[in-house]
Amino acid sequence: MAMAIRVFLLSLLFLSFADHSFSLYEDQAGLMDWHQQYIGKVKHAVFHTQKTGKKRVVVSTEENVLASLDLRHGQIFWRRVLGANDAIDGVDIVLGKYVITLSSEGSILRAWSLPDGQMVWESFLQGSKPSKSLLSVPINLTVDKDNVILVFGKGCLHAVSSIDGVVLWKKDFSAESIEVQQIIQPLGNDKIYVVGFVGSSEFDVYQINAKNGELIKHTSAAFPDGFFGEVLSVSSDMLVSLDSTKSILVTINFQNGEISFKKTHISDLVGDHSGIADILPSKLSGVFAVKINTLLVFIRVTAEGVLEVVDKINNAAAVSDALSFSEGQQAFALVEHVDGKVLLTLKYSHDWNNDLLKESVEVGHQRGLVHKVFINNYIRTDRSYGFRALIVMEDHSLLLLQQGATVWSREEGLASIVDVTVSELPVEKAGVSVAKVEQNLFEWLKGHILKLKGTLMLASSEDIAAIQDMRLKSSEKSKMTRDHNGFRKLLIVLTRAGKLYALHTGDGRVVWSLLLPSLRKSGSCEHPTGLSVYQWQVPHHHAMDENPSVLVVGRCGPNSDASAVLSFVDTYTGKELNSLGLVHSVAQIIPLPFTDSTEQRLHLLVDTDKHAHLYPRTSEAIDIFQREFSNIYWYSVEADNGIIRGHVLNRNCIGEVVDEFCFDSRELWSIVFPSESEKIIATVTRKLNEVVHTQAKVVADQDVTYKYISKNLLFVATATPKASGEIGTATPEEASLVVYLIDTVTGRILHRMAHYGSQGPVHAVFSENWVVYHYFNLRAHRYEMSVIEIYDQSRADNKDVWKLVFGKHNLTSPISLFSRPEVIVKSQSYYFTHSVKTIAVTSTAKGITSKQLLIGTIGDQVLALDKRYLDPRRSVNPTQAEREEGIIPLTDSLPIIPQSYVTHALKVEDLRGIVTVPAKLESTTLAFAYGVDLFLTRMAPSRTYDSLTEDFSYALLLITIVALIAAIFVTWVLSERKELQDKWR
Amino acid sequence: MKQTIMSQLLLLLFSLSLLISSSLAFQSDELLIEEEDLGSEGGFPDLAHIRSSPQPPTTTRRRYSESDQDSKIQFSLEHAFGDSDFSPAGIFNARLKTWNHGAQTLTKLRFSRNDFTEVDKEKFQNLLKGDDFYRIRLPSNVLSSPGREYVISSVKARCLPRESLDEHFVIHMEGVNILAVNYGAPGACPHPRQLKLPAKWSFKSHTVLKNSEQAPRAPVFSEDILGETAEGEVVPPPERSFWAKYWMYLIPLGLIVMNAITQAMNMPEEQGGGQAQQPGAAVQRGPTPAVRRR
Repeated sequence: MAMAIRVFLLSLLFLSFADHSFSLYEDQAGLMDWHQQYIGKVKHAVFHTQKTGKKRVVVSTEENVLASLDLRHGQIFWRRVLGANDAIDGVDIVLGKYVITLSSEGSILRAWSLPDGQMVWESFLQGSKPSKSLLSVPINLTVDKDNVILVFGKGCLHAVSSIDGVVLWKKDFSAESIEVQQIIQPLGNDKIYVVGFVGSSEFDVYQINAKNGELIKHTSAAFPDGFFGEVLSVSSDMLVSLDSTKSILVTINFQNGEISFKKTHISDLVGDHSGIADILPSKLSGVFAVKINTLLVFIRVTAEGVLEVVDKINNAAAVSDALSFSEGQQAFALVEHVDGKVLLTLKYSHDWNNDLLKESVEVGHQRGLVHKVFINNYIRTDRSYGFRALIVMEDHSLLLLQQGATVWSREEGLASIVDVTVSELPVEKAGVSVAKVEQNLFEWLKGHILKLKGTLMLASSEDIAAIQDMRLKSSEKSKMTRDHNGFRKLLIVLTRAGKLYALHTGDGRVVWSLLLPSLRKSGSCEHPTGLSVYQWQVPHHHAMDENPSVLVVGRCGPNSDASAVLSFVDTYTGKELNSLGLVHSVAQIIPLPFTDSTEQRLHLLVDTDKHAHLYPRTSEAIDIFQREFSNIYWYSVEADNGIIRGHVLNRNCIGEVVDEFCFDSRELWSIVFPSESEKIIATVTRKLNEVVHTQAKVVADQDVTYKYISKNLLFVATATPKASGEIGTATPEEASLVVYLIDTVTGRILHRMAHYGSQGPVHAVFSENWVVYHYFNLRAHRYEMSVIEIYDQSRADNKDVWKLVFGKHNLTSPISLFSRPEVIVKSQSYYFTHSVKTIAVTSTAKGITSKQLLIGTIGDQVLALDKRYLDPRRSVNPTQAEREEGIIPLTDSLPIIPQSYVTHALKVEDLRGIVTVPAKLESTTLAFAYGVDLFLTRMAPSRTYDSLTEDFSYALLLITIVALIAAIFVTWVLSERKELQDKWR
Repeated sequence: MKQTIMSQLLLLLFSLSLLISSSLAFQSDELLIEEEDLGSEGGFPDLAHIRSSPQPPTTTRRRYSESDQDSKIQFSLEHAFGDSDFSPAGIFNARLKTWNHGAQTLTKLRFSRNDFTEVDKEKFQNLLKGDDFYRIRLPSNVLSSPGREYVISSVKARCLPRESLDEHFVIHMEGVNILAVNYGAPGACPHPRQLKLPAKWSFKSHTVLKNSEQAPRAPVFSEDILGETAEGEVVPPPERSFWAKYWMYLIPLGLIVMNAITQAMNMPEEQGGGQAQQPGAAVQRGPTPAVRRR
C-alpha cells in the first residue's frame, strides 16, 4: 500500500516537473510575476477636450515619456518612450487630432495620433547652433489652408505644416548673434515676432512674415544695465525681464517695432525685501508672478507698462498657466500649502478679487510640496463651469483634483528608481483569530473543490475564470509575514525624488513610502540627491525583536565633494529612525563584513580627501573595527584620469578636532593606464552577498579543478579613447578593448587580454570565478559576448583521495593574497545578436542551483540565458564524458530562445537595472527589473526541483488517498467474506 | 664505496652553492623571463598584427624610431619603507626595440639592484617588526620618466625574507608605458606572517615583462563551410557506413560462414556414421545437410 502511494506520489512529482518547464504557459502569466507601468515626473500636460466622449490628458515627462492618460481613472491609454537622449521640450495638440512633440533640443518634431499614439509624421529640423528650443502652435495661422506649427530650435525658426510635417519655410538666425527667447504671434496677424538678447545688454526684435518667412523689420535697442535670465511675455507686445542685479523689473514694449524699456525697482513695489527675485514662467495674461524667497507677488501690467502689485501670497507653491474658457474669460490656478493640506484657488486673470473656486484637498503628507499645476475646465451638470487640476508633487506623484477631492493619483516616483535593496518581512505571530480561520477554511475548501473540478475537466468557463482569478489574487502571496519559501519580501527602493518606497514582492503594492526629510531641499542642503540604499541592520539570532533598518546615503549637491547625508529607516514601519548631516563628503561606501551586537552592519564611508569614516559611531563598532584594522583594503577608480588605486587604512585623522572614527588612508598600489591608448569604460566586481556553494568543480573524467574565488577581484575594461564613443565613429584598426582581472588588495593584474577591433559599450557581470561581458566587434560587425573563468592552480594537486583522507591537503590553510597567485584563465567569445542594456545573474540562497544570465535587451525585455552556453570549455566536438557533464557543442553565436524571455509578453520600458534576490528555497530566485516600468518575477534556473508547483492539487491527492484507503477496506471486507465462504464450503 | 660517492656529491653541491652564493654576494643577480611570444598560438605574424593595430605613434616614439632602431634606455626603481618618501633602489636597463610599423617594445631587460644601506636595513627591520608595507614604484612611461604618474606596488615586508630577500617583479607593459608593476615574493607568503630576518641582506630579484595577450576570437566555422561550397571545391561525399559499402561482399561471406558452421555442427552427427571418410569428402558432401535442413 505504502509502495503504491509512493509510486503515485512520485509519478505526480514527475508530472509536475514536466508541467513546470523553462517557459510559462499562457495561464501562468501574472501568477508569479507582476508588472507596473509608470511614466515619470510630468513636465508638460495638455488637456484634450474637443470630443467629449473621451477625456484625456497628454503628458510628457522627465523620463522622456509621452503618454495619454484617462482623466477619470488615471490609467494609461497609450505611452511612447523616447530614447534617453531624446528629451521632450514641448508638447501641444494641433487640429484636434495630433499630438505634437518637439524633442532632441529642438531638432525632431513628431506628430502622434491622439486616439492611439501611432506616429503620424516625423521631421528632422536642421540647424547648426545649439539654442533654446521653442514650440508654438498659433491658433489660426494658416499658410495655404494649412495650419502652421512654429518651431525654434538649433538657431533656426521653422514653419512646419501640421498635416504632413513638411517644412514650409525656414529662417536661419545662427548667423546673427541673437539668443532667441520668445516667439510671439499676435492673434489675427500675419507677423511673427522673434525676440531675444544679443549679449546681455541688447534687445532685438525681428518681425517676420508668417506666410513666407521673410524678414520684415529688425530693430534693436541697447539696455546698458544688462538682463538676467529669461523674458516672460505678458501680452502680445509686452515682455517682462529682470536686470542683471536682479533687483529691477524691466518691462519691454516693442509695439510697432519701437522698443522701449521701463524700469521698476522691486523694492518700490514690495517694500523692503531681501533675497533673490525670480519671475515665474507661468503665462498669465496681463499679470505675472515674481517669487522673492517664499513670498509670491502678483504684478499687473497696465497698457502703459506701469506695474502694480495685485497680491502678495506667502508660501505659495505653484501657479498654473492661464486657461481661457467661455468668451474670453481667463483663469489660472494658484496652489498653497495650508495646515498640511493643499489649497487650490482659481482666479480670473482680470478680476483679482473674485475667486472662481477655492478648495482644500488632503493629499497625504508623504508627497511633499506641489511642484506643478495644470488646469482644465469642464461643464458641470448645472451648466456652470467646473475646474479640475492636475498637480505634480515633490515626490513626482501625479494627482487629479476635482470637487475638493483627489480623484486619482499615480506614484510616478517609481519611474526613476536609483537603488534597490531587500528587507525580510516580520515573522508570523502565533495565535490567529478563530473567525479568520473559519473563513479561510471555507474559502480553502471552496477553492479546492473548484480546482478539483478544473483538474477533472468538469469546470465550466466561469469556473475556469474563477480559478484563474483565485490563482492571481491568492491572498497567500500578498501576506505581510515571512513565508516558508522566502518568496515574500519587501523591496526597498530609493527614487530620484528622495522618496523611499517599500514594495511587496507578492503583488507589487506599496506597503509604505517615506519622503526622506534629509533628502528634501533645505537651507543647508541645496540640491540633495539620493545615492544608494544599504541594509543597515538585519536582525537574526539574538537581536530578533529589533526591526530591520536600511541606510540611505545622499549628498547635498551634484558634485562628489558635496557634504553627505545619512538616513536610517525602519523597514517595517517606514519611519525614519535617525538622520545625520555630515561634514565630510562621500565618494565611496563600503559595507564591511562585520556587525555589532545589535546586528548593525559596520560601514566605511570614504570621502573625496581619502579619509575613511566609520559608522555607526559607537565604541563597540570601533572595537570590532580595530581588531580587523590591518585587513581592510579598498580601491578607487578614477575613470576620467585612467588610474586605479589601492588603499589601506593608516591611522586616525590628524585635524584640529580629534575624531576617533576617522582614519587616514595610504596608497598601496596604482595602475596607470596610458591615456593615449586606454580609457576605463567599465568596472565590475562580485556582489558582496553572493554565496558560492563549492570551490571544486568536477570536470570530465572525474577530474577536479578549483575555482579561484576571491571577493577582491575587479574586472576592468578599457577602450582606446577614440573608440569610446558611439559605434561607427572609429575604424577597427584604431579600436581595441582591453580587459583586466585585478586583485584589489595587492593591485596584481591576474589576467590581461586585448580584443583588437572591438569597442564598447561594455556591460559585464561578475559572479563566482567568472566574468561575462558584452561588447561590439567592429571587424565582424556584430556584438559579442565573452566569458573569462579563472581557476586556482595552487590547489590543483589536491586530487589524491589519500591526501584528503590523511589531511595532507592545503584546502583549509589560510590564503594570503600576498602570495604569488597560481591561476589559469580560460576564455571564449561568442556572437550575440542583441545589443544589451544591462546584465545580471541569478543568485540563490546556497549557490547550488546553476546560474542563468539575465540580459536586459535593447527591446526592454529580460532574456534568461543559461550560463552553460558561456562555458570556455565548449568545443566543437565534446567527448562523451564532456557531454555527460553537460557541455554544449560549440557554436559561433549564442542562441536566443523566444521562450526564455523572463518578461514573456511584457516590456520594462527604459530598462535600467536588474536585481536578483535569493529566495529561501534553493531552486528559486526573485528577479526585479526596473526602468520606467517595474517587473518582478520568480525564476527557477534549474526548475523547481525542491518543491511542488503552486498549482499542485493537494485536494486531489487527499481524495485519492481517501479513495485508496476506502478501496483497501472494501477489498479487505470482500476478501474476508470470500475467505469465510471458502471455509464454509 | 657508497660513502665516497655521497661525499663527492656533497662536495659538488657545496661547491655549486658556494658558486651561487658568491655570485650573489658579489652582485645582485636577476632572472630574465621574457614573455615575448604573447600567448601560445600567437607567433610573430600575430604579434606584428597586434602591434600595428592599437595606437597611433606618439611624438616621442617617432623621435626615437627615427634616431635608431634599437636604443638603450634605463629607468629607476624607487622604494619606500612604510610611510617614508621614495628613494632610488635600483636601475632597470633595457633595449627599446622599434618595429617597422613604429611600435616600440622593451627587450633584454636587466636589473641591477642597490643593496640596502645600514639605514635601509634598520628601516626594513622596523617594517618587519611592525608587519608594515614595503613599497616600490616605477615610472609609468620609460621614455619620459615619470610619465603621467608613478605606478606603485607594495607588499608586506614579512613576505620577502627567506635565505636572502627574494623579490619578484611583474611589469605590465603597453608599448613604452608601464601600466602596472606587481611586486611580491616569488612564491607563497603563508598567512600568519612570522617575523623572520633574512640571513643575507642581498636581493634575489626575478623580473617578468608582460604584454597583453590577444583574446580568443569567436569561432566562425559555419562561414568557412559556406565559403568552401561557394568556391565549387569538391565536397567529399558523406561517409557511408561499413555495411553500406561492403554488403555485397559481406552477404556471400556470411552465407559461406553459416554454411561452414552448420556443417561443423552436423559433422559430429555424421561422424558416427562415416568415421573412416576422408576430410575432402566432407567438403564435397557439404550441400547435403543444407538440403536436409530445408
